[in-house]
Amino acid sequence: MTVASRRSPLLIAAGASFVLIWLVLAAFPFAWTLWGSFKVQGDFFSKADWTYALKGVRTLAETGSAFTGAGYEGAWIQQGFWRASLNTIIVVVFTVIISLIFGTLGGYALARSGFRYAFWLLMAALVFRAMPHVTLVSGYLLPFFQWNLWGHLPTSIIVLVAINQPFTLWMLHSFFLNIPRDLDESAMVDGCTRFQAFRRVIIPVMWPGVITTGLFSFLLAYNDFAVTALLLSQENQTMVPKIASFMGSTQVEGNVMFAVAAVVSATAPLFLLIVFFQRQIVGGLMTGAVKG
Amino acid sequence: MPHSTFLRFILPSLAAMLIFIAAPIVSVIVQSLHVEHAQVLKEAETCDPFSGCKKTTTVDVAATAKLRAQEPLGRFNGLGTYLDRAHLASAEVAQAWAASTSVGEFGSRLMSLPFYQAMAFTLTYTFVVTPFVIVLGMLIALVINGLPAIFKGPTIFVSLLPMIVTPLIGSMVLFWMIDARGIIGSSLQTLTGDPNLSLKASPILTWVTLIIYGVWHSAPFAFITFYAGLQSVSTDTLEAAMIDGASRWERLRYVVIPHMAPLVVFVMLIQLMDNFRVFEPIVGFSAAANASSLSYNIYNDLAKASPSYGSAAATSMLTVLGVAVLLIPVLVRTWRDFNSRRVS
Repeated sequence: MTVASRRSPLLIAAGASFVLIWLVLAAFPFAWTLWGSFKVQGDFFSKADWTYALKGVRTLAETGSAFTGAGYEGAWIQQGFWRASLNTIIVVVFTVIISLIFGTLGGYALARSGFRYAFWLLMAALVFRAMPHVTLVSGYLLPFFQWNLWGHLPTSIIVLVAINQPFTLWMLHSFFLNIPRDLDESAMVDGCTRFQAFRRVIIPVMWPGVITTGLFSFLLAYNDFAVTALLLSQENQTMVPKIASFMGSTQVEGNVMFAVAAVVSATAPLFLLIVFFQRQIVGGLMTGAVKG
Repeated sequence: MPHSTFLRFILPSLAAMLIFIAAPIVSVIVQSLHVEHAQVLKEAETCDPFSGCKKTTTVDVAATAKLRAQEPLGRFNGLGTYLDRAHLASAEVAQAWAASTSVGEFGSRLMSLPFYQAMAFTLTYTFVVTPFVIVLGMLIALVINGLPAIFKGPTIFVSLLPMIVTPLIGSMVLFWMIDARGIIGSSLQTLTGDPNLSLKASPILTWVTLIIYGVWHSAPFAFITFYAGLQSVSTDTLEAAMIDGASRWERLRYVVIPHMAPLVVFVMLIQLMDNFRVFEPIVGFSAAANASSLSYNIYNDLAKASPSYGSAAATSMLTVLGVAVLLIPVLVRTWRDFNSRRVS
């Protein structure tokens, strides 16, 4: 006998319609913006009739076809969005790699140390996790200006790594707790040092946890606005602050479409991320959240 | 693990956190006690034979710039910045208290002060969005968990979208839709029959919009956590409850919900921390005129052409205090759990 066996049709109908409404709420804004990004501003923000955005009446009149890549061309080439996306790639890749190296070492130590200070460190990390990022940024700016660290990509990378550490430590700590102690301890009985045991025994089995944690580090670095907007100079800007800077120029006809196109471009990698890693994201929360 | 090995393993992570999280907090404290140097004034006497001598005061731009470059921290101001009009506004609050005849009047006077306005929005946002996120996330999780297996993958995929999208981008996408010329904005105008209806114009509607955005953005996080939790509900217990004649509602109430309680606490904790720092939606929705949060005020102080570090730092300190108040119950609880575990 399964649990689902005694469902009334009414309940099924209610559940199905609830899910449908939720799915529309979750997906429609993205679908609409993707579709609209290939139109001109007169259609996407239509004064006359919202169906213009669907049919592309003005796009047809202005460009001769129902779809136009003008927004993308404007954003990527004219406004130099390619440069911002390169910067984003650099920041995100290095942030993820360094966060994971620091985090696996630290998380492993926290999982294997039985002393009281390990608990206090985790508590401190929880408090650090709660700090609004922008409050920390207000502490960085003056010293960074004085030491000439402001504006460079490496500065933002190391700041994002540090901001990421509390979460990474918690996640990997609870992941390493699930790896039996016997595994590395038997290696040490066989004569390995702690570090050798870590390298030869733990590293080969830790990848599922590392991949999940890496995904969340990626999201944090990719989605960040407070740090990158305030710590990077104009030419080192990453995608999100760059998109925010498009907003200032919405009065000019066409520029808002640059922002729409840039938004779609910046969201595409995130879509791919869940297409490929949905199982890890869900699974990671299962181990990380349920235990931690 | 011996102390020395522990230290060697944790050192990179610990150093990063100490230098870039703990030290900036100290730097914020120091900054909040200082204020930018005032402009240097110089007095010049100009004499001409007809009208006699006149003293004029002008701003010495070069000297001001030099002084500010030499001491970027500014001059010591004690708690002055904390008490000024843009922060706790002690003088204004006292005045408002004396002038008001009722609590409501005092409240509305308080709302005209930037710090209290930001505080009001931040707290409203945090304590409205968090429960809605938990309830909505739980409903979605329960319903999707009951779906046939083939539908689960695609529905989870779509449900994750609002969560993983960059907050600034997600809010901009919705902002364009609620624009008077966007699809939701113009539909609302048709529905209400008010061609001038604008979600951006009134403070109440702006707050509602931001809160709806917040629920939309965070519900998937609650959903996915609860969904993960539902996978570990023991089917044996559920079946035993069914055999004992428990209805669907009773099984939910007495088996599933108690199993999920720790997860609800977890989601609540994360949501309180994240919603308290609400900031990107205000930028994305260009809502600063009607709603500003503590984090937004800090950002605004730092992003302007001549940043006010002292003011930003004071707001930061007050924000950190707020976070501490939010966290104390959690920390006390964890501490008790930890101690009881040690004893047993």
